[in-house]
Amino acid sequence: MAALAALLEIAGLEVRFGPVRAVDGVSLDVAPGPFGLGLVGESGSGKSTIGRAVLRLVPAAAGQIRFDGADVAGLRGRELRDYRRAVQIVFQDPDNTLDPRMRVGPAIAEALAAHGIVPRREAGPRLRDLLEEVGLDPDFASRYPHQLSGGQRQRVAIARALSVQPRLLVLDEPTSALDVRAQARILELIGRLRGERSLAYLLITHNLAVVSELCEQIAVLYLGRVAESGPTAELLAAPAHPYTRALRSAVPEIAASARSTRIVLHGEPPDATNPPSGCVFHPRCPLAIERCVVESPSLRAIAPGRLVACHRAEEVLAGVALSGAEQSDTVQPGAPQPAPPPKG
Amino acid sequence: MRLEITGLNVRFGARSVVNVDHLGVDDAEIVGLAGESGSGKSMTTLAVLGLANTVGATVAGSIKLDGRELVGLPEKVLIGLRGSRIAAIFQSPSMAFNPVFRVGDVALRALRRHGLTGSEATGRVDQAMRGVLLSPDLLRRYPSQLSGGQLQRVAIALAVALRAEVLLADEPTSALDVTVQAEVLELLRELRSRDGMSVLFISHDLAVIAELCDRVAVMQAGSIVEQGPTDQIMSGPQHPYTADLLRSVPAIERRG
Repeated sequence: MAALAALLEIAGLEVRFGPVRAVDGVSLDVAPGPFGLGLVGESGSGKSTIGRAVLRLVPAAAGQIRFDGADVAGLRGRELRDYRRAVQIVFQDPDNTLDPRMRVGPAIAEALAAHGIVPRREAGPRLRDLLEEVGLDPDFASRYPHQLSGGQRQRVAIARALSVQPRLLVLDEPTSALDVRAQARILELIGRLRGERSLAYLLITHNLAVVSELCEQIAVLYLGRVAESGPTAELLAAPAHPYTRALRSAVPEIAASARSTRIVLHGEPPDATNPPSGCVFHPRCPLAIERCVVESPSLRAIAPGRLVACHRAEEVLAGVALSGAEQSDTVQPGAPQPAPPPKG
Repeated sequence: MRLEITGLNVRFGARSVVNVDHLGVDDAEIVGLAGESGSGKSMTTLAVLGLANTVGATVAGSIKLDGRELVGLPEKVLIGLRGSRIAAIFQSPSMAFNPVFRVGDVALRALRRHGLTGSEATGRVDQAMRGVLLSPDLLRRYPSQLSGGQLQRVAIALAVALRAEVLLADEPTSALDVTVQAEVLELLRELRSRDGMSVLFISHDLAVIAELCDRVAVMQAGSIVEQGPTDQIMSGPQHPYTADLLRSVPAIERRG
């Protein structure tokens, strides 16, 4: 990986909700900014839970999260306060982030005052700068959230996160609730801010197209584990995991020329309370063989900077066909399916 | 034209929210209606279903199904058409099923309501479930025991079981994971080619429309600003709003 020491190191992270292992042994590094790590996966893959664990919003059952070399779980008092300032989160739904009874200005000033950066009364000029920085009219400070569009509210949420000068942002599906034009503008804003503020971020999304322009590295998650990780361009150009290939092929594209052969995965994402034996992806995998049913693949290096958890990764990387007739002997479309994973 | 909308106006009091000069869906055709929130695309769906009045809107103009005027039909007649001739699926399939009933019971009740006997209904629903690649065993489950993708397919199966000719699909995949979305899109394509179903596919996602639809109409502020064959609109949009929407779609690789 990068020669520089990582800003955030996640090692062997496990998060459990009762019997469910929402995150099951995940290790990831985030380099100092400007740097983006995309966490990509579907519902139940554990991507949001990793983001929450980084913020200490959910406890880790095992493993470690280190920020600037310090174990985050051990932070107390002043250090914890500093950490909570250094790491900020932007959620999917800006409606739930902002207090509907609080004007935009005071909502941001509260963050500034809470961290002792600027007293509430003197926050005015800082507020105007922040709103301008995220592309909003400074006069929006006197508006209520309901007087703004979804995209504008998300800008306010970003301004508030930036107000305390964080070093790491967790962006949890920041554009999924927005209309397509608002989404494009927010992605543009993130791209601009990362350069101007030298930001490092974890970008959590189900949309591979969103990470492709904003992240140096991608980790593809499946049922709480890393299926594959590596540099964005290489990973998208030649996935080494069949799930990544399927995910990549499922992204709709405007240009017919950009569409790859659709690999349709049959069956639902598996039940996290009762994960499949062997490789957790095997019930949906078009390449599954006997070995996959019994032996869980470990995450291993397949190319410089690239890790993959698949027994047949070499074949996938070499471009073995995943679609078409060869599927029929390995999967049974319409076979009884397990109950759905829990939401969220 | 199987479904033909002409001079449709939907308004709330003095405020007009939909003004569609012309929009049609042919036999076995999938037409995309693209637009952002508030553009009036969902109100158009409600108007076609004869449900716009339930949210306080008034409808004027013409909506024809196989040449038969729907606007102004008495509720009694509309109830017979809704579901059996024109079916609809929505963004959140969990809202379409009553959580305290097994999904199979909901499906059977709907079919019997449209005049089928118990055994006919059971046979049709089982067959329709297989047609959407689901095991009929899932009919015994409650909505909470199915995933979003499974529920959406049950909703589609219901339309299939009722032999609906026109399916109004209002953002049917927006709440689904991308691999599940791919499955539902494939299913819609199959219904079109296998059963000759006509689909009006409403979505904010132009990339999905590009892959699925034969023709597309782009809606802005209640009016259709541009419509035509999908490839033509995607490769050479004439209206600046369409061009703006197209530019906004994130793509893994931009080619050309």
